[in-house]
Amino acid sequence: MFAYIVRRLALMLVTLIGISIVIFFLLRIVPGNIVDILFDAAGFVDPADKANLERELGIDQPLALQYLHWIWGLLHGDLGYSYVSEKPALQEILPRIPITARLAGLALLFSASIGIPLGVISAVNQGSRLDYFLRVVSLSGLSLPSFWLGLLILMASVSLFGNIPIFNPDPKTFGEMFTTYCLPAMAVAFRSSALTMRITRSSMLEILRQDYIRTARAKGASEASVNFHHALKNAILPVITVVGIEAAFLIGGLIVTETVFNIPGVARFLVEAIRWRDYPIVQNLVMLIAVVVVFANFTVDMLYAVFDPRIRYTD
Amino acid sequence: MATINYDSELRRAGANATHGWRRLGFFARRYVLGTVGLVIMVTFVLTALFADLISRYDPLTVDSAHALAHPGWQHWMGTDSFGRDVWARIVHGARISLAVGIGSTALGSSIGVIIGLTSGYLSGWVDLVFQRVTDILQALPLLVLALVMTAALGPSLPNVIIAIAIPLIPTVSRVIRANTLALRELPFVEAAKSIGMSETRIALRHVLPNTLAPLIVLATAQLGSTILTEASLSFLGLGIPEPYPSWGRMLSESAAEYVRTAPWLVIFPGIAISLAVFGTNLFGDALRDILDPRQRG
Repeated sequence: MFAYIVRRLALMLVTLIGISIVIFFLLRIVPGNIVDILFDAAGFVDPADKANLERELGIDQPLALQYLHWIWGLLHGDLGYSYVSEKPALQEILPRIPITARLAGLALLFSASIGIPLGVISAVNQGSRLDYFLRVVSLSGLSLPSFWLGLLILMASVSLFGNIPIFNPDPKTFGEMFTTYCLPAMAVAFRSSALTMRITRSSMLEILRQDYIRTARAKGASEASVNFHHALKNAILPVITVVGIEAAFLIGGLIVTETVFNIPGVARFLVEAIRWRDYPIVQNLVMLIAVVVVFANFTVDMLYAVFDPRIRYTD
Repeated sequence: MATINYDSELRRAGANATHGWRRLGFFARRYVLGTVGLVIMVTFVLTALFADLISRYDPLTVDSAHALAHPGWQHWMGTDSFGRDVWARIVHGARISLAVGIGSTALGSSIGVIIGLTSGYLSGWVDLVFQRVTDILQALPLLVLALVMTAALGPSLPNVIIAIAIPLIPTVSRVIRANTLALRELPFVEAAKSIGMSETRIALRHVLPNTLAPLIVLATAQLGSTILTEASLSFLGLGIPEPYPSWGRMLSESAAEYVRTAPWLVIFPGIAISLAVFGTNLFGDALRDILDPRQRG
């Protein structure tokens, strides 16, 4: 087990280094940098001023050197400066993390509490009208774009309350908390709960065909006992994997939902930084997302070994 | 005692569905949801192909006199803030969604097949390198990678296709690699080797055709997510540039601003995206049941 963990950690490191190289060079293959954008907008400007600014920002150096400089800073907690606000990137990113983390946590909670029970109900009633209906609902959940759902929520809010919910950085009442976090989280969770439901359903169906389920029934166990004590307990394992997959899945939903609801989180900040070609922000945010996804997958693998005594990583 | 009507049982099992319409009828009865999906997909393709015939108006013509007209006889889905007909833009938008959907799925799948086949067949250091590259691409969410790619390449139709195709490569290459590894050990490959067939010929003539079923299932499943990703990119203003009528961009223009005043600008493009993706998802599910019964839920 120890050897396995060490190997996985080493692979994670290789992946993260690879991502840093890909992102860094990808952002710089496009002709034109932030200085070009600024100077184009200003019309004719002295070329010496342009060169000065490039030197100041460090973008006159060879790319390999710029990359090493970034990585060195990253290892020492220095993420560079935002080209747009000229503030330290860390100072720009840190306050936005709790907002997105809260949204993601709530979305995960909603998605599991809706997706898992519906998946069980659908599997237990396989082939029935209810199963058909739930499958169609889950497929439509996967088909609705999160941003459209967000816009529909805004429309409903206008027709019910006469206005659009405005983000409140410090919600005090339940109502404020609901409009600030719960509504956007629901828009994100609808899609991921559909995914959770589908995986729970197929995992439950697989387990319900096992011999020990038949044995439990033969011994006279009630349907509820068979479904919840024997089947769901074992079927829940693959559902844990979904949390790993959803880490990546949720981020996509968060990016568009934060934009729709005007939430100043990390995900919307990424889109803004991309529009402004604010490289220090973009590359650090993408690295942050990659670290979250890679660690989520690693944690899921470890949880697998903890929850399932049959799995022991010996090699 | 119950009696079995063998004729009706055989009919139910599709024994008489030997050709043409009968086969189609059997498919429609057995896979109702899949048929609904197929009908939606065919409608979607026909709309894209005959967009000019279906809509009376040009999707790009500005008509300020009729800006933000409500849905009615003249413009039955209303007009946008430039007076452009929403129905015409949705119908022509199908072309963009279809082009991006098919283009990026085909490109991503082709590259994925080449990488998966080479990786599984050659093994060794080639496999190791490809696997690490796949790990790297897979560690980033589809939308994030597509966003960075469009930012790097610039917003245009071919670039959006490339930006969405690249993140699709890892999943395809993983599936093809796993299949190739299993197929490589089978007797027919060994037989081909023993009669002196070259490795490339074995890979292309014997291994590749046997990986087509899972590939088709995967490609159909990915079609929906590519349409959604294009819509998301355009919604964020980083996808297909103006004035092309992309469904996602139509929502971006109208977004929160028109939620109050012109809800038709929010409702109709959203329905178009959801319906197209829903159709491909339904059809993809049925196709998986047919071609890959082991995965059937």
